Amino acid sequence: MVDKKHIWSLLEQVNDPEVPVLSVVDLGIIRDVREEGPGVEVVLTPTYSGCPAMDAIRMNIRMVLLQNGLGDVKLTTILSPAWTTDWMSDRGKEKLKAYGIAPPLPSQQVCHPGLFQREEAVACPHCNSYHTTLISEFGSTACKSLYRCEDCQEPFDYFKCH
Amino acid sequence: MLDQSTIDYTLHLADNALVLGHRNSEWTGHGPILEQDIALSNIALDLIGQARNFYQYAARLVNGRGVGSEPGKRGARVSEGPGEPSEVTEDTLAYLRDSWDFKNCLLVEQVNGDWAKTILRQFFFSAYQFYFYQSLQQSQDRELAAIAEKSYKEVTYHLRWSSEWVIRLGDGTTESHTRIKGALDQLWKFTGELFVPADYERTLAAKGVAVDVTGLRWLWDERVNDVFQQAQLVIPAAGWEQTGGKSGRHTEHLGYLLAEMQFLQRAYPGCEW
Repeated sequence: MVDKKHIWSLLEQVNDPEVPVLSVVDLGIIRDVREEGPGVEVVLTPTYSGCPAMDAIRMNIRMVLLQNGLGDVKLTTILSPAWTTDWMSDRGKEKLKAYGIAPPLPSQQVCHPGLFQREEAVACPHCNSYHTTLISEFGSTACKSLYRCEDCQEPFDYFKCH
Repeated sequence: MLDQSTIDYTLHLADNALVLGHRNSEWTGHGPILEQDIALSNIALDLIGQARNFYQYAARLVNGRGVGSEPGKRGARVSEGPGEPSEVTEDTLAYLRDSWDFKNCLLVEQVNGDWAKTILRQFFFSAYQFYFYQSLQQSQDRELAAIAEKSYKEVTYHLRWSSEWVIRLGDGTTESHTRIKGALDQLWKFTGELFVPADYERTLAAKGVAVDVTGLRWLWDERVNDVFQQAQLVIPAAGWEQTGGKSGRHTEHLGYLLAEMQFLQRAYPGCEW
């Protein structure tokens, strides 16, 4: 008998290697945990198709479960429904901000603006100012874009709404 | 029941994404400024990720029906070197097929040239992928539909980024306008192929699996026209259109690209690091 609650709590220990303050549960990429014969099946979905962290995440999930006596683990990757930042937990968003990355705006705001149009103002994670400028829509990883705060002058990453 | 057409079609989609992803990755470390270098590398990563999803699916299809069951056919045939596992993987499909096996359209294999040519190639292809993936989400093949749903969100960024750059260059300085006009003269003849279905596309479109690409033409034209108007560019008059890539007849550029991309696996089969 698999204790799903226990497995979810173990998955909380597996962090995104690129954004180590977020667990895979915070990110919203764990879509299901279910019994699979005598073992367990974890269903996950990638953030972006080319995210290089996914292989490491899969390995780390296996490792953490194995360290806790769960060797019979099936990892299933699904693509649909496609991941959205709306699945990120509120706790995850708070952790991101504390880490210095502006958390994603909810997607009912302008998530995919027209040409030369910008997303609604993104607050600086350092000084909370909305007086910020987009430097580049593509940042250090696929999931982030690069901003600068015009008040405190600090550059920062924005985990973009997707 | 799955047939050779589905394998060919999936490989066509994979090859499109891989070849353009590889071309874009040639800019990594050479972009005009750091932010744009990163932008293009990010787009390359998205495309290679999409390619992986298609190749993994193609590999499952190939393995399911048995490798080499139709020895006379090209398609997904994979050359088997000594010591290679007989099971086909995404890597064998990407690294061990020859240029005549690749089914990508000619547009994506064209050399990078200058920034303007790279931008315009990306814009033409992103505008195509945008409508293509939108439509593929309705495919009867659930795996293809799922990959399309995932990829569509990413292509939205690529299309906006490349559209803005086309406008910036076209409506910029005399120099930038001349450059992108030159790129247009070089690339336009390869855009028609996107909307001319290969045999496997025709077969599968009739079954609701493949997108009927002929139906995307007007959407693409409208989008290109809209951006071109803002960029002070004009769509060239209808002329000669080069085709053949989708059925394995490529320009000379693909061979050089594959020689570089496949070198390691060809020279050291199964090498990992």
